[in-house]
Amino acid sequence: MQTNDGQFEAVVGIVDRVVADYRRDPSCMVQMLREIQEACGWIAPEAIDRLQAVLAVPRTKIEGVAGFYSFLHTRPVGRYRVLFSDSITDRMQGSAALLERLCSTLWIEPGKVSEDGLVSVDHTSCSGLCDQGPGLLVNLRAIGRLTVERIDRIVELVRDEVPLADWPAEFFAIEDNIRRADLLLATPFAPGDALRAAQARVPSDGLAAANLRSWREGLPTGLGGPAAMLDEIKRANLRGRGGAGFMTGLKWEACRNAPLKAGQQRFVVCNADEGEPGTFKDRVLLSRRADLVFEGMTVAAYAIGARRGFLYLRGEYRYLLDDLNAVLERRRRDGLLGSDIAGMPGADFEIEIHVGAGAYVCGEESALIESLEGKRGTPRNRPPFPVTNGYLDQPTVVNNVETFAAAALIAVHGGDWYAAIGTRHSAGTKLLSVAGDCARPGIYEYPFGVSIRQVLADCGAADAQAVQVSGPSGVCLGAAEFDRCIGFEDIPTAGAFTVFDHSRDMFEVARNYVHFFQHESCGFCTPCRVGTSLLKNLMDKLHQGCGSPYDFAEIEKLNQLLQTMSHCGLGHTACNPVLDTIARFRPAYERRMQQQEFAPAFDLDRALAAARQMTGRDDAGAHFLDQEA
Amino acid sequence: MSQTFTLDGLSIPFTDGETIIQAATRAGVFIPHLCYHPEFKPHGSCKLCTVKVNGRHTASCTLRAAAGMVVENNTEELNAERRALTQMLFVEGNHFCPSCEKSGHCQLQATAYHLGMMSPHYDHFFPDRPVDASHPEVLLDFNRCILCSLCVRASRDVDGKNVFALSGRGIRTQLIVNAKSGRLVDTDFTVDDKAAQICPVGVILKKRRGFAVPIGERPYDRAPLSETALAETVAAGEEGV
Repeated sequence: MQTNDGQFEAVVGIVDRVVADYRRDPSCMVQMLREIQEACGWIAPEAIDRLQAVLAVPRTKIEGVAGFYSFLHTRPVGRYRVLFSDSITDRMQGSAALLERLCSTLWIEPGKVSEDGLVSVDHTSCSGLCDQGPGLLVNLRAIGRLTVERIDRIVELVRDEVPLADWPAEFFAIEDNIRRADLLLATPFAPGDALRAAQARVPSDGLAAANLRSWREGLPTGLGGPAAMLDEIKRANLRGRGGAGFMTGLKWEACRNAPLKAGQQRFVVCNADEGEPGTFKDRVLLSRRADLVFEGMTVAAYAIGARRGFLYLRGEYRYLLDDLNAVLERRRRDGLLGSDIAGMPGADFEIEIHVGAGAYVCGEESALIESLEGKRGTPRNRPPFPVTNGYLDQPTVVNNVETFAAAALIAVHGGDWYAAIGTRHSAGTKLLSVAGDCARPGIYEYPFGVSIRQVLADCGAADAQAVQVSGPSGVCLGAAEFDRCIGFEDIPTAGAFTVFDHSRDMFEVARNYVHFFQHESCGFCTPCRVGTSLLKNLMDKLHQGCGSPYDFAEIEKLNQLLQTMSHCGLGHTACNPVLDTIARFRPAYERRMQQQEFAPAFDLDRALAAARQMTGRDDAGAHFLDQEA
Repeated sequence: MSQTFTLDGLSIPFTDGETIIQAATRAGVFIPHLCYHPEFKPHGSCKLCTVKVNGRHTASCTLRAAAGMVVENNTEELNAERRALTQMLFVEGNHFCPSCEKSGHCQLQATAYHLGMMSPHYDHFFPDRPVDASHPEVLLDFNRCILCSLCVRASRDVDGKNVFALSGRGIRTQLIVNAKSGRLVDTDFTVDDKAAQICPVGVILKKRRGFAVPIGERPYDRAPLSETALAETVAAGEEGV
């Protein structure tokens, strides 16, 4: 009992420390739970007891939040939590066999914890290492370029209970793989450049004073500096890089003009919840160009009159947190964050990093805001939009990492400079996360307007059958479409560019994506919650050879329902991979229509598999054989 | 109330801030719904109340009416989609109407009848959901939960208790209660709570009253859902005034 009491006191101590660090603010619930788990290994009932007591929030609220995120555990997990990235590219690089090897050598089943509590092995959605896969996360530290040798070494390290800090450093070395650098990755930039340029744009001293006051008071009344900054963003024709391509200048202006009630302020949020399978460009931007991103956020704050900002970092990038916090600390020391930024009296701005916990849907801006507020990441009903009713119901600008990086450069070099690059409707450059069947996967930055064919040639994809642009919620293109161009007027993209050669079965690609959406559906609305599961079951049925034209029609009907009835973009786009591959690679489906008439998905022999496993039998008598067979 | 929109060709007056379903209900037009309840803040999750506004699908419980909107409601297309959603709710849980004591007073069942649902159509999921019979007065049968969150809202907003909440994610989303044990008896829930009266299906059941009203004489046996729902809403509205 003594050890139990000791453990209990330790948990209480941890919870109290974490709660104090977060100023007892329940809106930091996700962050508190994450840190408690980092210290305790999991979120034990005793931890919830204490949290409930010190925060005075209902237990249901804590459990509801903890239950939503894949990386928060209210049941014990292994002291080593191994999660294999389940992106299609990881699969193509052989992750399934590696997982199998790890599990069989460690004598554990995927999804279960070893009896001694030492280790658990499971899958996770794309971890953003597609250019150096197969990848896994061990206690949220990323390991790429997995090989049989690495897996065997991991088995030894786990068995010997070697602390992660003492694992070979090369395991955790993440490559940036920048293959083509343009504007964002190659333009020289010194911290503070954008802020100094914004300051220099102030028309006169008298107006400058009015502007600085307006920043401090959060009032959009001042003209001059902030307005001049906003004009440059508008003149640049910068569009949001998260995929939808909304005009950044209009978004900022709408937020700036949104009325503030008493006690309210404006917020700047950077969406670094890069969860779209196949995307990893934000990982590289944050590793290489963190100053550019933070300065872009500060420029936004200057333009709209915000004093607080958040960077929402996906949980899979937890290993970037310490470096990013160090950059923020340096910027504070250099007077580029905090009070009186860059020597401008009244210019105050702070950035806080929140780390996600394994929920793709939080990439949707209103779900992200819910998560920032310490809640389940359920997308909100819209309107109202975040520019008027965002974080804590206050005006909020949410932009992608890449958008802020571009904004910082626009502040330095001006809107005209930026607008001249790219195409008429798509100004500037785009970072592509190239992965899959190509010789040189990595980051390629191009001016908008580049053709698919050009990218394929540059990355060394000689035998491309298809390219998935912008991930599963984007579009799948066949060879006939390789002359189409990246840009909002043709193929918009959030950045993923996944290549499939002729050896790949495009049905299996679509099936992987359908599994992804099913896993990531938030469960709020009926069509997406149930529909993604039904779609998954149908794709699995086809995979098992029970497909008939009937199932084909069912898939098409489900697609229709998901598109029209779902609550948010996740449900709307969950069918895209299926619809696209049906349209372009129909033979891959027809091969699976082995049944002319309807065949049930239920298979008696397959249903006996559990019994066979339990009894250790696999002889003829343990199988149900159809008499006709 | 000089402003109007059209609903299936009818001119519907509305006041500022009113949602489409509120204005429609007041005008005597029924729009199928499950998670919407006139006494609570709309949730917008079941999507049964989806209508087409100027050609676009949207939930009528969350969208505010605007002058000149052209809204479609009782159309073949929308009812087919609503029927599919209802079927999804049936196969997602374990709904066996003939043995359910809520039969005849269940909004899910009545909605299925209203929409002419003749079969569950999809393969059943048969989820494993234990029953919580711990409370002396009330039984929780999670098998029938459709995640409408009405009990969550009632307990939080009316009872001030937070007895219920949703946890999990996706297809594993589930109703939980506010106790370390996870059992209703260990919460401050009482049979008089608003949350005890609000369940549209057969999850929150008062014990020992199961068949007090015989089958055949229950609300939806006597009148179809469309009439019953409108009458209830009007009553609730008058209470509110």
